[in-house]
Amino acid sequence: MASENSKRRPKGRMMPVAAKVVIAGGFGAGKTTLVSAVSESRPLHTEETLTNQGVGIDDLSGVDKKSTTTVAMDFGRITISSHYVLYLFGTPGQKRFHFMWDELAYGALGAVVLADTRRLDDAFPSIDYFERLNIPFIVAVNCFDGAHEYDLTEVKLALQLGDDVPVLLCDARERESCKQVLITVVEHAMETHTGGRHTSAPAGQH
Amino acid sequence: MSGDQEPPAGRMIDDAAGPMVRPYVMTGGRLVASSQLDLITQVVTTDEAGTNRSVLGPEQSAIIHAASEPISVAELATHLDLPPATVRVLLGDLLEEGLVLTQEPQPEADVHDLQLYKAVLNGLREL
Repeated sequence: MASENSKRRPKGRMMPVAAKVVIAGGFGAGKTTLVSAVSESRPLHTEETLTNQGVGIDDLSGVDKKSTTTVAMDFGRITISSHYVLYLFGTPGQKRFHFMWDELAYGALGAVVLADTRRLDDAFPSIDYFERLNIPFIVAVNCFDGAHEYDLTEVKLALQLGDDVPVLLCDARERESCKQVLITVVEHAMETHTGGRHTSAPAGQH
Repeated sequence: MSGDQEPPAGRMIDDAAGPMVRPYVMTGGRLVASSQLDLITQVVTTDEAGTNRSVLGPEQSAIIHAASEPISVAELATHLDLPPATVRVLLGDLLEEGLVLTQEPQPEADVHDLQLYKAVLNGLREL
């Protein structure tokens, strides 16, 4: 597409390559918190308008006359360099907006499923979704207010995760912790997509 | 947003009714964009945008202004406080006029691009 217009391309304005990581998880698992902790500005917010596509999926009972509704999206931006930009997209939590995930997940490098140990079940729809679409994902267990330390093996068993799915503890409010989550998902995606172990630094590096 | 504060792109906003110009008015009633643009597609204005602005509506002018540095469709939607679907339609017009350039994320190629992963990992470690 750019080739046709390339003669008009202004000098010195190189367009960065954009990549994205999807942050999923149940309602209140800390998605927006994670996005804001690690993004360069406060989370950006936009609302997509749904027309009657959503009817039948959306529960419009009580608002029968309403033919459109909106779905809110929070996302963040991390400028990696002048060549690369990474976007983080939090998935809409409500079940009725799951069809929006297809757009968000399309072309994503990988996904983070944020799990809340008080409501571990909430993570299942996200895990199912990324497994079905073959999108590399990791599970990050968000430790709210120093909630009990969970044995990651237990979490892995409870969520019926394969051995190849990385699971780690995190604190979605802490930038360093969120950084580690992102590094883990990108490393995992790299191994999955490029079919080899190219990781130069050990995963344990902090 | 109350009346004493200027809303983004000069939009008229009524306290009770909300935005007085509905998104479909800005797009001339069109719902489907002429080109498929991802939320993270990068957009930047061309030099022509500086000279050929007479035919632009206020929202399109706002896009031209916001995209003087490369910016994603999702960020444009945030800046203009418009649904991404509306921004896509407006961008389709600007693309046809040659006033903006876009760069798709090329997902199929990129997910196998080792260089991309390495760059992202290095960037994240340096944050």
